[in-house]
Amino acid sequence: MSDRLRRLQQNGSLLALPTVAWLVIFFVLPLLIVLVVSFMTRGRGGVGQLPFTPEHYERTFGVFFIILQRSIGLAALTTVVCLLVGYPLAFFIATRRRLVQQIALFLVILPFWTNFLIRTYAWRILLGEEGTINGILTGLGLVGEPLSLLNTQFAVLLGLVYGFLSFMVLPIFASVERFNFRYVDAAHDLGANDVRTFLRVVLPLTLPGVLAGCALVFIPSVGAFVTPDLLGGTKGLMIGNLINKQFGGSGNMPLGSALSIVMMALVMISLLVYVFANRRDARA
Amino acid sequence: MAATSQLLINESAIRRNRMTRRLGQAGLLLNPVFTYFFLWAPILILVLFSFNESRSVASFTGFTLKWYNNILNNVMGAERAFSTEIMLNAFRNSLFVGTVATVIATVLGTMIALAMARGRFPGKGLIDGLLFLPVVIPEITQAISLAIFFKVAFDWIAVISGERIFPGFHTIIMAHVTFNISYVAIVVRARLADMDPQLEEAAKDLGANPWRAFWRVTFPLILPGVISGALLAFTLSLDDFVITFFTSGVGTSTLPVFVYGLLKLTVTPEVNAISTIMMVLSTLLIGISLAMQGRTSSRA
Repeated sequence: MSDRLRRLQQNGSLLALPTVAWLVIFFVLPLLIVLVVSFMTRGRGGVGQLPFTPEHYERTFGVFFIILQRSIGLAALTTVVCLLVGYPLAFFIATRRRLVQQIALFLVILPFWTNFLIRTYAWRILLGEEGTINGILTGLGLVGEPLSLLNTQFAVLLGLVYGFLSFMVLPIFASVERFNFRYVDAAHDLGANDVRTFLRVVLPLTLPGVLAGCALVFIPSVGAFVTPDLLGGTKGLMIGNLINKQFGGSGNMPLGSALSIVMMALVMISLLVYVFANRRDARA
Repeated sequence: MAATSQLLINESAIRRNRMTRRLGQAGLLLNPVFTYFFLWAPILILVLFSFNESRSVASFTGFTLKWYNNILNNVMGAERAFSTEIMLNAFRNSLFVGTVATVIATVLGTMIALAMARGRFPGKGLIDGLLFLPVVIPEITQAISLAIFFKVAFDWIAVISGERIFPGFHTIIMAHVTFNISYVAIVVRARLADMDPQLEEAAKDLGANPWRAFWRVTFPLILPGVISGALLAFTLSLDDFVITFFTSGVGTSTLPVFVYGLLKLTVTPEVNAISTIMMVLSTLLIGISLAMQGRTSSRA
């Protein structure tokens, strides 16, 4: 017995057991419960009860499809904007001298040390009817009456880009820094112009960073809750808010569960796309 | 004739290339200017208006410290529910939850990191997935799955034992441990990957039993990784809003949950002042922890 115990200790599975047990109880089991509840009927107080029904999925892809679509659209747009803004910035940072580079990186990371709620709230001050931007615009006489910027999809997009930009910049920075700029000279010597050199040499070699950045921005954007909650109002409602609403007074937990399962499926699909693209890139 | 036109084409191509290059260079210099402005303007404006004489955030009318003074005097805008006292209490709750969750998550995360690096057993790929998922799954999904899980579990316990358990510190702590384990494991595994496993073998060859070899050789070597992992876990715990929001009970609000209520319900200059204080504190906290990390890793 003591021999077996020692062997167990040596091969490490005993050491892994408590953590695995914790994650199975508090991570896997809750997700399985959500899956089961998502097929239940809404009972009193919004909790799930038997019999099983697919109605919540039907509603998710029926009346709530527009919100699903909006969430995916906003997350995709956030990813594109982050990429367009983040790639040149990462390139700029990676090509500086060491000291400048450290300061430039620090200036990207520092705002992200601030609590996410406060960073999002700052945009409420800027975008509000009586906010700073409207104050400046009316002060300069550029607009007659204040623009409605807050509680729009545009505000949500700004907030998401602001919230997740560093997730795009940092992985791209890492791959641009590893890039050997002699390849650019080689491409020029072989007669390629700048556009061609970028598309055929620089971009493919920094693609792993781009792909990682896109996954890191898209996934939290599609699951966002705080940003649309504070900046979106009813016009900028996303799946995350819809899920949240199912857990209040007049909630519907089975519907909330079905929405979360669909959101998880979206995340899984984007992860699969990421893994697939990465593998193809590695092979090419 | 043919040669001249060839030359002309080449020249226009070269001119075009020069233009795209100039455009590219201009873009490469303009982009950081705009992006840094975009990143910093909201924060600086928030700080600026926390010193604004009038209640407006549309124009700056004059410098004042009265909003900070109000916070010191336990006044926080129009809402009764948001006093400085309640905020300090929420901050204490945050520290308590963060400390307990960090200790548990650091032990569990370090154990799994060691098992994965040194052990030989089936199912490691599965465990890799199990450690990876909590990092990528949206917070709201994790939050509601835990909320439903606790509800179901407490209902069962009530049926079986007749005792009703309510959510509180214990549920927040369990939730925080769950999302922190993966982060600790990632950091400690990175440290273990840099470490030479032969050092441990050498200790065993010199007669140390596995227990002794671990505490005298392996542990001191991975300690910087364990400390970084713990600091990361503590930071994430202090910062977490969504998962805490769904797993907290009456009277156990943490600071982010308190701040959310404040931001959602009131727009008073005091909120700007509190936000500024929180930003300064979190920057200081992370700065200190980074400095400590730098020192421990350079010493090892």
